[in-house]
Amino acid sequence: MKLQQVSVFLENRPGRLGQPVEALAAEGINILTLSLADTADFGILRLIVRDPERAKAVLEQAGCVVGLTEVVAVGVHHRAGGLAEVLRVTEAADLDIEYVYAFALSHEDKAILIIRFEDPERAIEVLRDGGQHLIGAEELLRLVE
Amino acid sequence: MLNELWNDAEGGFHPASAPDFLPETALREVQLRRLRAVVGRAYDKVELFRSRMQERDLTPASIQSLEDIARLPFTVKADLRDTYPFGLFASPMGDVVRLHASSGTTGKPIVVAYTREDVEVWSEVMARTLACCGLHRGDIVQNAYGYGLFTGGLGAHYGAEALGATVIPISGGNTDRQVMLMRDFGSSAICCTPSYFTHLVERAGELGVDLRELPLRVGVFGAEPWSDGMRAHIETAAGIKAYDIYGLSEIVGPGVGIECSEQHGLHIFEDHFYPEIIDPETSEVLPEGAEGELVLTTLSKKAMPMIRYRTRDITSLISEPCPCGRTIRRMKRIGRRSDDMFIIRGVNVFPSQVEAALLQVEGTLPHYQIILSREGGLDQMTVEVEVTAEVFSDKVRALEDVRRRIAQAIEHILGIRVGLRLVEPRTIERSQGKAKRVIDQREK
Repeated sequence: MKLQQVSVFLENRPGRLGQPVEALAAEGINILTLSLADTADFGILRLIVRDPERAKAVLEQAGCVVGLTEVVAVGVHHRAGGLAEVLRVTEAADLDIEYVYAFALSHEDKAILIIRFEDPERAIEVLRDGGQHLIGAEELLRLVE
Repeated sequence: MLNELWNDAEGGFHPASAPDFLPETALREVQLRRLRAVVGRAYDKVELFRSRMQERDLTPASIQSLEDIARLPFTVKADLRDTYPFGLFASPMGDVVRLHASSGTTGKPIVVAYTREDVEVWSEVMARTLACCGLHRGDIVQNAYGYGLFTGGLGAHYGAEALGATVIPISGGNTDRQVMLMRDFGSSAICCTPSYFTHLVERAGELGVDLRELPLRVGVFGAEPWSDGMRAHIETAAGIKAYDIYGLSEIVGPGVGIECSEQHGLHIFEDHFYPEIIDPETSEVLPEGAEGELVLTTLSKKAMPMIRYRTRDITSLISEPCPCGRTIRRMKRIGRRSDDMFIIRGVNVFPSQVEAALLQVEGTLPHYQIILSREGGLDQMTVEVEVTAEVFSDKVRALEDVRRRIAQAIEHILGIRVGLRLVEPRTIERSQGKAKRVIDQREK
């Protein structure tokens, strides 16, 4: 139930975001969703793609520093309270969340949360026990592509 | 009558300056006598020196003339590092009344020691330094060199006291207070680094204080190279005469050389510190007037005599007699070094120190570069480090943590704050030969 997310180090100056994005586009790699964390000096670009290993290779070829991180994808109803419900479950179990980003699907009543947990194994157990809908790589690709 | 003589600010004669005017033959006699004594002392007491002498089949008796100094082995900075902390002492610790330390090329500091007589000699040369700048009893000297392990603060302090001047031991920093005391106490002289003084002048302006209207008339600036352009700027902006002072901890601290009112070369107190100029590649002694590496021998030091110490500073000796009348020779202002050391905010820094810090934190040596800039009159050092896959983390916090740890390791070794910037791989220029580690953007 864990997903591989691609992380890229970026300096916080103009043109740096374009560089990896162009490299992926040139190789026909579609970005399913992304998030960009920023500090004053640098940023971390996080990407969900169909083939994370291939994306990593392409980005490294282009001169980027790349990492692969395990994240958890949770499907929720795309309505008010959707996120709140998931958080109630995680907070009750004292799960440590590093970051979250999300996107909604236009053709279904669904939204997908990408969550990085400090302890992904335990998070998966807790979410399952809490009746949450975990989305694996295959299902994610089916939903978004 | 004597009072008139030593109250004349511009190059007036001061009793403390008498040895500066020794007739040349007397000077050479003093130098030879002292050279033979210090070589004898180092031979008896310092194992490293004795073994090097023995390797060359030399004894103290081999020194029959001043020219024979060229036969003696050199001392280099690595010797101080290798014998850390006390391996080069010629006096027992009971006779050592002062220890000072300054930065070495890696993590360990350089340790220097002084007996009571050494401190007196140091005070004497510093008094002669200040007298050479026209200072005397009644002058109020604001000593903004850092007090502590650094030789600058206490060196200037003891010199000013020995001269009979009034010392304000304000040390470095707290610029607003420096300006306030300068105005309220009526300081007539200031001792600090030239870049700090530029910053102080700017700040004074912001505080509505015009230094040109204050009694301040002399600045004794050193610990870093500064150009004639900067001197002109300082003299105009502050209405003072700005003198270049030279020294290094390994020899004594400040007090090795000082400009006179001619401001055309620095007089070396060669009755205590014998100068030679050598070719840095071949180690051959060069004729007077030729440019090369300055080598200094301490003629009077007891606790830690330094025989033919290679300073790595590049200069030349000026043979023409100086209009001020001093017979102690001058050297040209130091412009550059023969190694990769640079100076920031008066602190000596070697790129190898930054490397040691990076290795400590990362275990390997990433590509890095040091950028030196000047903001608001103060020197800034920023270290750019390329992020590698090993160090990279998906967590912002973890990357910030790496950044902080590297900055702390560098600050711990250098003793000054640095900026740390993580950069993308391959943004730092690779080079064929010696890497250009340092980019100095500061205006000279």
